[in-house]
Amino acid sequence: MSTFDTIPQTRQEALVEILLRLADDRLILGHRLSEWAGHGPELEEDLALANIALDMIGHASALYEYAAKLDNKPDEDFFAYFRDDIDFKNIALTELPKGDFAFTITRQFLFSLFSYFLYKELIEIVEEEQFNGMLQKHFKEIKYHLRYSREWVLRLGDGTNESKSRIQNAFNELWMYTGEMFELDKAFEAAIEHNLYSDVTKWRPEWRSFVNSTLTEATLTLPDYEQYMFTGARSGRHTEHLGHLLAQMQFLRRSYPDAEWK
Amino acid sequence: MAAITSISKEKIWSYLEEVSDPEIPVLNVVEMGIVREVHVSKNGINVVITPTYSGCPAMNAIEKDIALKLKAKGLENVAIITDFKEAWTTDWMTDGAKFKLKEYGIAPPEKTERDSDFLTNLKGSQKIVPCPYCDSLNTELQSEFGSTACKSQHYCNDCKQPFEHFKCI
Repeated sequence: MSTFDTIPQTRQEALVEILLRLADDRLILGHRLSEWAGHGPELEEDLALANIALDMIGHASALYEYAAKLDNKPDEDFFAYFRDDIDFKNIALTELPKGDFAFTITRQFLFSLFSYFLYKELIEIVEEEQFNGMLQKHFKEIKYHLRYSREWVLRLGDGTNESKSRIQNAFNELWMYTGEMFELDKAFEAAIEHNLYSDVTKWRPEWRSFVNSTLTEATLTLPDYEQYMFTGARSGRHTEHLGHLLAQMQFLRRSYPDAEWK
Repeated sequence: MAAITSISKEKIWSYLEEVSDPEIPVLNVVEMGIVREVHVSKNGINVVITPTYSGCPAMNAIEKDIALKLKAKGLENVAIITDFKEAWTTDWMTDGAKFKLKEYGIAPPEKTERDSDFLTNLKGSQKIVPCPYCDSLNTELQSEFGSTACKSQHYCNDCKQPFEHFKCI
């Protein structure tokens, strides 16, 4: 089941691959956000992060369920619980440990903004009725995630010395993980041909300029390095963090595969 | 046991109106716009539903409640199908439902706007949500996320009452 450099042959294969890539990003980041439950800096933020986690895991669940139907797998849980780290196609940005609140907010902002541009285009081009309907639903929720995380970037950046230095550090640290969002490999190229994915390189400058204007408004500085960008996670070469995350997320289901909520 | 073919769609819709939303019990699943279609054939009854929010944990309960209700009415061979083709919007909530929400103390959703310029508008001012208790416009947003995925939290500066708003999506 290794997935290094998969080249989808047909439209159906390309669709399954896209569903899994979108879903993996959302499941893993959703899980990271869920780690905040009970640990938020205040009650409102605890609730907000749990809500966003719920949305993202919900997005993943719908996408996996659809992929399971197309790919003759038993159900969405198969993809979440019974694959190993090498099979996950999420980008490394989503799997990094949750860090402090500033780190979580920064990651959410960068990812939600990327998702905003991506979904905005996908809902215009995807022909599959069910898939398109899902994307439209998710798009509405992404707007809330983006608004929420952007507000916090402003508040932390233009806040105290402490909050400012923490969020600037978070941007500096996370910037090298943003390159993966804009990489196009053979599978993405096949999907673009089938109108199942967007040529993300087209709107990368727009994405960057929105990040930049938000940072300026927040009295922060855009990290000025592009030389080194992390790569490889999309094709299974993950950071060490994903294995630890999966161990925690999957162990119960794997130890008791037939367990049911009563 | 009523023969399936003898039951009218209207009757089933009226049964479904008896199923309340587990998280907002004053509303039923029909006026929420969750039930989209009902099909009756000799093979059984199909109830087509669509989720409100992607991560809404109430969806499983709603599915179960619908199945139990129809069973209690003596109907068998009921299938509940989740359909995504049209994304749920608060515009599908009936006026009656919005009135009941306000009476319940939740500011109802307004009509959704087409926000093609979402990114630009992000930098604009927040919209004002009227207080469901005293109708004052002197309110402020406290958090985009409330006790459930579908609600945000606000505070009324006039009657000093915190309240929730059903977000419009």
